[in-house]
Amino acid sequence: MRRWLAAALTVAFVGTAEAAPDKLECLAPAKPGGGFDLTCQLLRLSLQNAKLVSQPVAVNYMEGGVGAVAYNHVVGTRPADPGLVVAASSGSALLIAQKKFGAHDENAVRWLAALGADYGVLAVSADSPYKSLKELGEAFKANPSSLPVGGGGAIGSQDWMKAAIFAKAVGVDPKSMRYAALEGGGAVLTALQGGHVKIGSGDAAEMAALHKAGQVRILAVMSEERLPGDLADVPTAKEQGLDLVWTIWRGYYMGPKVSDADYAWWVDLLKKLTATPEFAAERQARGLFPFTKIGPDFVQQVKADVARFRELAKEAGLM
Amino acid sequence: MSLDYLWTGFAVALQWQNLLFGLVGCFLGTMVGALPAIGPINGIALLLPLAYTLGVPAESTMILLAGVYYGAEYGGRISSILLNVPGDAGAVMTALDGNPMARQGRGAEALALSGIASFVGGMLSVLGLTLFAPLLGRLAIGFGPAEYFVLMVFAFATLTSMVGEQPIKTMIGAAIGLALTTIGLDPTSGAYRFTFDEPELHDGIEFIILVIGLFSISEVLLLLEQQHRGTLQVLAIGRGFPSLATLRACLGAMLRGTGIGFVIGVLPGTGASVASAVSYTTEKRLSDREGTFGKGDPRGLAAPEAANNAAAGGAFVPMLTLGVPGSGTTAVMLGALLLYNIQPGPQLFTERPEIAGGLVASMYVGNLLLLALNLPLVQLFVRMLLLPNWILLPGILTLAFLGVYSTYASTLSIVIMLAIGVVGYLLRKLGFDLAPVILGFVLGKVMETNLRNALAISGGELGILFESTICQVLWALALLVLVAPLLLRRRATSS
Repeated sequence: MRRWLAAALTVAFVGTAEAAPDKLECLAPAKPGGGFDLTCQLLRLSLQNAKLVSQPVAVNYMEGGVGAVAYNHVVGTRPADPGLVVAASSGSALLIAQKKFGAHDENAVRWLAALGADYGVLAVSADSPYKSLKELGEAFKANPSSLPVGGGGAIGSQDWMKAAIFAKAVGVDPKSMRYAALEGGGAVLTALQGGHVKIGSGDAAEMAALHKAGQVRILAVMSEERLPGDLADVPTAKEQGLDLVWTIWRGYYMGPKVSDADYAWWVDLLKKLTATPEFAAERQARGLFPFTKIGPDFVQQVKADVARFRELAKEAGLM
Repeated sequence: MSLDYLWTGFAVALQWQNLLFGLVGCFLGTMVGALPAIGPINGIALLLPLAYTLGVPAESTMILLAGVYYGAEYGGRISSILLNVPGDAGAVMTALDGNPMARQGRGAEALALSGIASFVGGMLSVLGLTLFAPLLGRLAIGFGPAEYFVLMVFAFATLTSMVGEQPIKTMIGAAIGLALTTIGLDPTSGAYRFTFDEPELHDGIEFIILVIGLFSISEVLLLLEQQHRGTLQVLAIGRGFPSLATLRACLGAMLRGTGIGFVIGVLPGTGASVASAVSYTTEKRLSDREGTFGKGDPRGLAAPEAANNAAAGGAFVPMLTLGVPGSGTTAVMLGALLLYNIQPGPQLFTERPEIAGGLVASMYVGNLLLLALNLPLVQLFVRMLLLPNWILLPGILTLAFLGVYSTYASTLSIVIMLAIGVVGYLLRKLGFDLAPVILGFVLGKVMETNLRNALAISGGELGILFESTICQVLWALALLVLVAPLLLRRRATSS
């Protein structure tokens, strides 16, 4: 009851205002140091450097269920907070698609924007005999059990999905993959280097430096176009005849009862922000590639993703 | 690899600003380590944005953060020893013999001894890091799922040293710990186990909540009971410094603790809590001939204290040589490097010697600072024992509640902490040892995940667990730890 009253009061007070909310907060639904933290830091630092708002963005942490706890917290406890944005990623959409965010679906919050992206990659160790995705695909098809796959997440996670769509594309049943669910991208790199797994599934930014240092070999980036920087020499999966795209967008959502005016204030702010050079510099420093979708565009992206992921999860027998 | 980077590093670390950053880091680290539930990772997460915003240069930031990291390994022991309330995850084993020492009026001695053991572990591990980092990086790569699993088998084999007088209770305790780790996301299949559709349970029970419940809350309940019955003892402080004989007796324990702690710290899949647990149980297996462990044996204090500091040093090896974090805290520090646009990895030593070297050099300096900071403060810390219960108990409770709530921001975690506290109190009243519960919990998750990953890779063939040399050596060690004491005992009784 008190919660509703508070929500109603908040709406009454700020509902009509177009001014900035009193406090700006980015909630990273994880421990400090991970991808969600990075997403919040991108917002905090680029807003600070571009000097678009007078007050700083506070970054807070609420770990649990890879974002599920924060999702439920925002929907249940702070649905109308005009200054609160929560970091999310395509991984959140994947969990929602598999009904792992509790009772709530993708329509339970207001999706605000994606401000950058990373892309999936498939890698092998530096001394692996496979030099292209095509060679790897043929070997994988001939004998899937000789090439165990390592990813930084459980079955059904993004890393598993990347490997699964690769398996499907070369005609291997994803269920017959030998998949090791390792603890994060760092563990995938050491497992590849140690020869414990033969195929590594991961994110471009994380693996780029070791690819450049010659410690692992990235065979394909799962993006539409080649990526700039250290990975410019790595062909896309598409170039190699396999239509595999895995975009890991990084963005934000807001509470479901945030007023249209406050939502519009954020949309407007982020549109201005993404046009500044300070933002571009921060995005690059965080290892993210350009991927800007704000407001309705982003809502559409999330809904399309959730629908696609739901389909993939069903096909793979996860649901 | 030449050591040129290290000389560059000392030149950086000994600049007065960086000495100051190191000192501030060590002091703050000691503080966050001493407070229950708040560990080095929280301290670092708080300081990093601050340092970055203030424009502190990268090497100074790393020196500050590293100071917090190993300062916390020093600080965690204070409340472990004095109050039987571990200040952070690495300090749980310290309570087992440290607190009985304090109860016998040797609190100051225990504090000083643990400071010295921490220093030995810290110093030697930085030396190991300096000399063998690239070599150890390769060792870390050699550890795949199968190797981690056998390492955990070895750890459980050392656990049998805890069995002692009451084998059934020890096994029940370990089983409780193991059972608790199964709550939450199944790390392999991604299914949720025992979560009752409650998102806050998706990650399972946090280790630190278990520790606070099991130790802090149950301790408060025990103290309340004693007060009620009028059996509460007033504890003596004792003299401040361990005798030379004690130090000599502990030297072996410290060195073994350092070795075990360092190697386990190097492995990215394990950390200070596993390191101190394994070193304690190994030390008990090796040295506990009179059954004094757990009753205030200084060696039982020295071994895990050396180990948790050595593990903190070891965790830097994979971070600096492979660009892969060796622990949760180094993961945040890795993020700090990336924030400054510095790519960690082997090239760090040649491309940015002021960072790699400054960090390593600051660890030498930091350990000296911490020893200097800690020994004189022993007399101050130990006065905590003189606090009357009407201050102490609400104090412990406030810190426990605050610590858990500020980290997890959920009422459910408070409820879980309290429930575990009541269970812990009952277990202690029934004469259970709490250490096996903790060990089962710490080792169980690593063991399960790696066994399942190993079998996923091999397609269910058990052969993978015996294939590599590392596995075979670890199996042999496990067997040795199990069998050797039995043989020794038989020989002792027959002769």
